[in-house]
Amino acid sequence: MRNEDSYSMDFEKPLRELERQIKEIELFAKEKEIDMSEEIARLQAKEEALKKKIYSELTRWQKVQIARHPKRPTFLEFVAMIFTDFLELHGDRLFRDDPAMIGGLAYLDGIPVTVVGQQKGRDTKENIYRNFGMPHPEGYRKALRLMKQAAKFKRPIITLIDVVGAYPGIEAEERGQGEAVARSIMEMAALETPIIAVITGEGGSGGALGIGVGDRVLMLEHAYYSVISPEGCASILWKNAAEAPQAVEALRVTAEDLLELQVIDEIIPEPLGGAHHDPEKTAQIIKEALIRHLTPLLEYTGERLLAERYEKYRKIGVFEEIESDQESTGE
Amino acid sequence: MPNNSTLYFSRLWQDGEVLSSMLKDLFKPKPKYVTIRRPEERGIQPGQPEKKELPDGLWVKCNNCRQIIYHKDLEANLKVCPKCNYHFRLRAGERIAYLFDAGSVQESNSGLISKNPLGFPEYEEKVEKARKRTGLNEGVITGVAKVKNIPCVFSVMDFGFMGGSMGSVVGEKISRAFEYAAEHNLPVVSVTAGGGGARMQEGIISLMQMAKTCQALNRLQEKGIFYLSILTDPTMGGVFASFASLGDVVIAEPGALIGFAGPRVIEQTIRQTLPPGFQRSEFLLEHGIIDLIVERKNLRETVARLLRFHQRDQVGKEEVSKDA
Repeated sequence: MRNEDSYSMDFEKPLRELERQIKEIELFAKEKEIDMSEEIARLQAKEEALKKKIYSELTRWQKVQIARHPKRPTFLEFVAMIFTDFLELHGDRLFRDDPAMIGGLAYLDGIPVTVVGQQKGRDTKENIYRNFGMPHPEGYRKALRLMKQAAKFKRPIITLIDVVGAYPGIEAEERGQGEAVARSIMEMAALETPIIAVITGEGGSGGALGIGVGDRVLMLEHAYYSVISPEGCASILWKNAAEAPQAVEALRVTAEDLLELQVIDEIIPEPLGGAHHDPEKTAQIIKEALIRHLTPLLEYTGERLLAERYEKYRKIGVFEEIESDQESTGE
Repeated sequence: MPNNSTLYFSRLWQDGEVLSSMLKDLFKPKPKYVTIRRPEERGIQPGQPEKKELPDGLWVKCNNCRQIIYHKDLEANLKVCPKCNYHFRLRAGERIAYLFDAGSVQESNSGLISKNPLGFPEYEEKVEKARKRTGLNEGVITGVAKVKNIPCVFSVMDFGFMGGSMGSVVGEKISRAFEYAAEHNLPVVSVTAGGGGARMQEGIISLMQMAKTCQALNRLQEKGIFYLSILTDPTMGGVFASFASLGDVVIAEPGALIGFAGPRVIEQTIRQTLPPGFQRSEFLLEHGIIDLIVERKNLRETVARLLRFHQRDQVGKEEVSKDA
């Protein structure tokens, strides 16, 4: 368990209040040397029940807050807990090494794999170094370079996605952010090796999809994945970024929504209170899911893998087809 | 290139009657002018900068140099300001008329209609309005056509249809176009115009259209079939970050706004004013992101040249098209 004092989400306030009461009573009991263990146990049970209740009734916006929690495990923390012998490889061979995107080699339960993902910082200093986990074009080019390398050596690819969005900045545009993301998406569709993508935190639009095309797409219970940031959507719809809680209701961005929309394959459950309450346990649940999904994929021929991956994305889209009286003309 | 303006006139279609008017053209080969309709009929959305569209009347004020242009002069000049070379935005029908051989255009999949997969507020109403205003069922026209007698598959987006955004139907039609081209060994000419990129109202489903179109494009690339991407004002976000930026050759019209993130988002992120010319075609050319900037008056010729270079049975031959 980590220290929660520094950051608390609004909807957890009743929990914090109960925790405070419990502490006070413990202190009081100690001071006056009276046994209040019964009272404390009663309050602790109440806290546990309340926590379960809160976490079973989370709104979409509350989930977004958990996904953005500053203590949510980052890529490198997950990698250390899920994989063994991680060896980071650097650079896109074109411009520079992007610290916001990390990739390298590792073993998943003894199987050599390539791991790629965005890296957020833990504190301000690290966040500045990591550009708050928002990759530049060279980040996507590095990721693609490593993924192509994986395909060459028939290594499965695991991507862990946690990104607000690909970086919107002058240099990013100068170096072709759009092209870097697009090429990665296109080439991932054709890499002849199993790919599993896991959205662990924020799934920020093209910045997420840029490393998010896979044979299986899994999503942590409190992660979100959206075409536009909730704030961006709110400013367009209601001219006010503060309406973001309403925007996520309309955009339907949670793991449950995406499973229903058949965009993801599975929801990976998180420990009560979110991944940051028990990173180790979260990592074990992710690892189990990765092994379970990867094992059958390893038996696929390259042809079957690519055909099924194509079909997976080919069928996404909701429309109706009416008879058209203007189907052809000319000659 | 001979003066094609008379041909262009005969090819101009009225908004919303793209194909029926084409048929009429066959029987009535007289010059025909586009009727400039009122803004509310012309697909101007609330909040959308109206200055980009042509106002009513005989005279038009250029968005760039602010000079007054005689409307017929502007039409004759392919909607490019004769004084400052500002390229006005085109409707998909106009673009098709300017680019492809008269009578060669066969539209496909025009009966695809958007639904509301998320139950997004007011989405159906917005689509319905856009359909009424543009006469199109969705924001892209796809099909087969010829450019100076060279056949190709085309997709042309219409900015007037919800800002040229890509939802399920746009993604589906473009994917089908790529697949058709791969199957029939035909080159693809794509013209994009999308201010927002992926269509917000279809949420994650529209984001996935980026993957769907890109993978379909990949089939084309693997078969060694030529794909020409023409970027027009504006091509942004999810449209730019998918099939639009992946052309074997990427062309932009002069002065078009092209980029990944919107200028306002960038300004808010970096808290700086953006340099002049940022994310314009010339900026992209300078930074090596596009191959060419081609003025509208030369576009048809350039497209034909590029298609000719990539004709498989033409390898080794420099052929001059006679029917230009």
